[in-house]
Amino acid sequence: MAIAEEPTGHVMGHAMKRKEDPRFITGQGRYLDDIVLPRMLYMAIVHSPYAHARIKSIDASAALQLPGVHLVLTGADLDQMGLGWMPTMAGDREMTLAVGKVLYQYQEVAVVLAESRALAEDAAQLVEVEYEPLPVIVDPFESMKPDAPVLREDREQKDNHVFHWEVGDRTATEQLLRSCDVVVRQKVRFQRIHPAPLEPCGCIADFNKATGRLTLYMTSQAPHAHRTVFSMVTGIPEQNIHIISPDVGGGFGNKVPIYPGYVAAIVASLKLGRPVKWVETRTENLTETAFARDYHMEAELGATKDGVVQALKVKTIADHGAFDAAADPSKFPAGLFSICTGSYDFPNAFAEVDAFYTNKTPGGIAYRCSFRVTEASYLIERTMDVLADELGMDPAELRLKNFVPPEKFPYHSALGWTYDSGRYAETLKKALERFDYTKRRQEQDERRRKGELVGIGLSTFTEVVGAGPSQTFDIMGIKMFDSAEIRVHPTGSAIVRAGTRHQGQGHETTWAQIVGEELGLDPQNILVEEGDTDTAPYGLGTYASRSTPTAGAAIAMAARRIREKAQKIAAYLLEVSEEDLEWRDQKFQVRGVPSKAVTMQEIAFAAYTNLPEGMEPGLEATYYYDPPNLTFPNGAYLCQVSIDKGTGEVKVEKFLAVDDCGNVINPMIVEGQIHGGLTEGFAIAFMQEIVYDEDGNHLATNFSDYLVPTAWEAPDWETDRTVTPSPHHPIGAKGVGESPNVGSPAAFVNAVIDALSPLGIRHIDMPLTREKIWRALREHGIEE
Amino acid sequence: MFPAPFEYVSAHSLDEALEVLESRAGEAKVLAGGQSLIPMMRFRLAQPQVLVDINPIKLLEDLHEQDDALHIGALARHATLEFSPLIQQRYPLIADVSRVVADPTVRNLGTLVGSLCHADPAGDFGSAALAAGAEVIITSSRQHRSLPVDAFFLDTFSTALEEDEIVTEVRWPKPKPRSAGAYLKIERKVGDFAIVGTAVQMALDEGGRIAEAGIGLCAVGPISLRAKQAERLLVGQSPSAELFQEVARQAARESDPTSDTRGSKEYKQDMVRVLTLRALQRAYQRIQAA
Amino acid sequence: MAVSSTQVSVHVKINGQEITKECEVRTLLAYFLREQLGLTGVHVGCDTTSCGACTVLLDGKTAIKSCTVFAPQVDGHELLTVEGLGEADHLHPIQQAFWDCHALQCGYCTPGMELAVLALLQRNPNPTDEEIRFGLSGNLCRCTGYKNIVKAVHQAAEIMNHPSTSQSVTL
Repeated sequence: MAIAEEPTGHVMGHAMKRKEDPRFITGQGRYLDDIVLPRMLYMAIVHSPYAHARIKSIDASAALQLPGVHLVLTGADLDQMGLGWMPTMAGDREMTLAVGKVLYQYQEVAVVLAESRALAEDAAQLVEVEYEPLPVIVDPFESMKPDAPVLREDREQKDNHVFHWEVGDRTATEQLLRSCDVVVRQKVRFQRIHPAPLEPCGCIADFNKATGRLTLYMTSQAPHAHRTVFSMVTGIPEQNIHIISPDVGGGFGNKVPIYPGYVAAIVASLKLGRPVKWVETRTENLTETAFARDYHMEAELGATKDGVVQALKVKTIADHGAFDAAADPSKFPAGLFSICTGSYDFPNAFAEVDAFYTNKTPGGIAYRCSFRVTEASYLIERTMDVLADELGMDPAELRLKNFVPPEKFPYHSALGWTYDSGRYAETLKKALERFDYTKRRQEQDERRRKGELVGIGLSTFTEVVGAGPSQTFDIMGIKMFDSAEIRVHPTGSAIVRAGTRHQGQGHETTWAQIVGEELGLDPQNILVEEGDTDTAPYGLGTYASRSTPTAGAAIAMAARRIREKAQKIAAYLLEVSEEDLEWRDQKFQVRGVPSKAVTMQEIAFAAYTNLPEGMEPGLEATYYYDPPNLTFPNGAYLCQVSIDKGTGEVKVEKFLAVDDCGNVINPMIVEGQIHGGLTEGFAIAFMQEIVYDEDGNHLATNFSDYLVPTAWEAPDWETDRTVTPSPHHPIGAKGVGESPNVGSPAAFVNAVIDALSPLGIRHIDMPLTREKIWRALREHGIEE
Repeated sequence: MFPAPFEYVSAHSLDEALEVLESRAGEAKVLAGGQSLIPMMRFRLAQPQVLVDINPIKLLEDLHEQDDALHIGALARHATLEFSPLIQQRYPLIADVSRVVADPTVRNLGTLVGSLCHADPAGDFGSAALAAGAEVIITSSRQHRSLPVDAFFLDTFSTALEEDEIVTEVRWPKPKPRSAGAYLKIERKVGDFAIVGTAVQMALDEGGRIAEAGIGLCAVGPISLRAKQAERLLVGQSPSAELFQEVARQAARESDPTSDTRGSKEYKQDMVRVLTLRALQRAYQRIQAA
Repeated sequence: MAVSSTQVSVHVKINGQEITKECEVRTLLAYFLREQLGLTGVHVGCDTTSCGACTVLLDGKTAIKSCTVFAPQVDGHELLTVEGLGEADHLHPIQQAFWDCHALQCGYCTPGMELAVLALLQRNPNPTDEEIRFGLSGNLCRCTGYKNIVKAVHQAAEIMNHPSTSQSVTL
């Protein structure tokens, strides 16, 4: 076996190969569905064929007669137990199984428990449900009408309005807009999409009547938060719930919420006293678990005639489906959408969001995005291009003119954020240079003269990640800190446990690198464990690019706590006073006498064998990190496309992403994250959409219709970076996993619109399918 | 997702397979590549009571030229066609199609004959077989017969095959002198069915005029279509840009697509025009290059 | 007359080992491998033969999606799954290359992808970027964006074509 040689000195910033990989490359990963328990039963779900209908009757007798079928549960059964409804993370509630009526197609109506998966599916087909169809609303603009049927009859409020949220100074913004030389208005839709990790969601609920404990194996990005919610919902004392989130085959936000299937499986296990496994089909994943985006946005942007931005006003209609099941922090019903002023120094801004119910799958989760940041970023980056077009100005020049300048950091944005750091102009200039922007613009002119449709697009986004500071950020009341516990063993190896749960982000490597760096230990000897609520300290989990800003910081701080104690032991070992020691070259050494030093490994041994009198043995620490602020990763993305006039097909000829995520723990992993996020951004820009027809039929129910790009469609990616550390983060790092997904859609769309701009086209909504491009071309008289 | 229960028969000879099809007529379904049938069974859209697996019948893997045709056995896989030097050298139309059916892994099991029998109008090989004038060889315990592929497709997912019959092979006309074909498909991504596909097969006479022409259209009607009037416009003419454009427009008029998530009727019709034009150009270029 | 049945005995050689197991005929090969034989490196990510996470090698050369084959169909055949490709102390060059090149993140697509790479390299020992992307287009990955997978295939090809140089290959 080839073992990569790892440096013994600094390990931060090094492209260390991943410690978790040997099990994955040999097929020895252990994902949820790989776990089999004795006497385990399988659960299948009966779904609604209707988008809106009253349930007149459910007859499960034929299903129950099938040998090997043990139980059928309906919404009425759960309602009797007080579990017919469950809280959503957004402060709404949703049906566990349909109670009285269904509100979207594929909604969970009943569950069947049987000896095998196939048998459970056989039986599910035999459950007869009689429905009385009701009028269907799939469009939030219909839903908001005063005479629209009220979808949520369970609410006191008798309309379909979910919430109104606003931020900024409306009056000042409107006044300023009226006085601007130039005002552009643009409607922009961010379509409904789905994270669709390759492994679908699932769980094994194993309630042991003898111990009273519920062990829940679960595809969870946030096991501790889920434990608390399950305890609150079911009444099982929290110490009796043990959640194990095994290897997770991708999450992207999909595995943050609690879904009805989990609760139904728990109830079934409680009733039957046997383990119950439920694994989603791909159809269930795409039709029942939470969607993302579905924002109808409208921006008004005012500027001087020289192109200095003055004011931004944004109005948004949000489609939340049947229940508001967004996974946003409690005080942020529209997430962190107020980052919509982007990287630009707006004197004034105002944004508002009104959300409505429709007969569609509930959700509004943050798909590879820090809570509605993708929508905001796409909107401002698209609108800046519209302004550039209006002014006849190069979009790069417009951006350079309006960036928040480095000297203004920490920068207080018009909508209330304090940006921690950024050198936007430098990052963009690096990108322009590497992209050979000027030359490519000249080539574009030449190719246009030959009749080709060629476009170049930019996106210079700012993300806001690392939720978050406890004074403002909580989920269902739980403050959004994160945590770490480090135990250094006598031989100088260690175990690190964190409240996060990776799903491919590489924590088993990067967390070891942080500890290795902070303590001077070999990261190869540092075991990282996440996802077990019995052993890990409480944390809020991994999503919204929060792991490095929160748990990464907690790990560094816990390590520093260990170092404080280690210094005392070192002083004892070297027979000097603590003040005479310095931490240098990853050892404690006597100031000015480098030969007099002890390593952490020696100190660790002493911590268990040879301690100063009166000192508590052991070498371990726990740290709960409450971040003072969020982090603001940013980047400059450049894209070049050409368009086939005959078919409308877009070819991405070149794409460069220059990211600034502060100090980098492992550049290989960061680059990998960027590649993946760009590919997802590409899919969103060109392929993906959850479409419903007017009857509420879901038209993207599997991978034949919800399109995931293959290696053949995915463009080649070039990456680079600038490094502007976060001033408040212990290791100067920022989150990065979502930047490419947040930043890239605008770059793709801006490039396509740039290609079409000679025709006077300013905007086309995503996904930019061939047909949409074709239609635009034909409407402007362009034919093959 | 799991299929409904069924009985399984592993047939080791054609006679064995035919015997089951005869005795269980209407209940049995032939399993060849299974790459369309098994997903349909998983969704319980197909629930055959008996599955007759013909994969053990090695005779059906046949792929060879004999007399005036290329014989493509019922178990000749798409990938076998894709990587066959014979196909690559002499049958550009088949070569084109075999590179774009489904995805590379599916092509390892999926078969051309199975694709025709499935009779999905969005199946790529239907239109190619029409353009080439292929013939379907059918057998049962009762009779042997053959049908031109034009007569084989009856409706969406419906063919002239009786319940007790099997298609044992397809005979694809050997290339004539000065002939070539081409298939063009636009799909949303690899593995997707065609938004539109067009197949062209064309032969020139010694004087350079078009002696024979076939144009097949994929995913623009209830079945795979032949653009017969467009074909007629070609025959007897000298190839030219104007002619190809006129023919492409005619093919678009003969298409009968419906709007769906892959595209609107008008988009698909225009794509028939664009792809037919490009396929004609490519086929003609191939003739010239030979 | 051929015998029809709903329950069958399947005899296969898997990763070099002869195995006979009873199963319902409707058992999809992917679940036969996962649940009857414990070969959980075979993953299932969809129901439409789209994702390729279940890819295994049939008779040493043909990559197939094991979710779209019934278990009795492989009776008398040979199969290779990721468990037979190489182990942690004896990695196959493809596995080594995936590790070296960071060609995986969540790892869910990885076993199927590696077997698709093996089939690709057996057919084409020196593929170009384009041939790799085309050849692997039956396998979905949601994490890597494929770029590092392409890189890994080049490294694996290099080592498999020149086994003696494997010691000196660096990133």
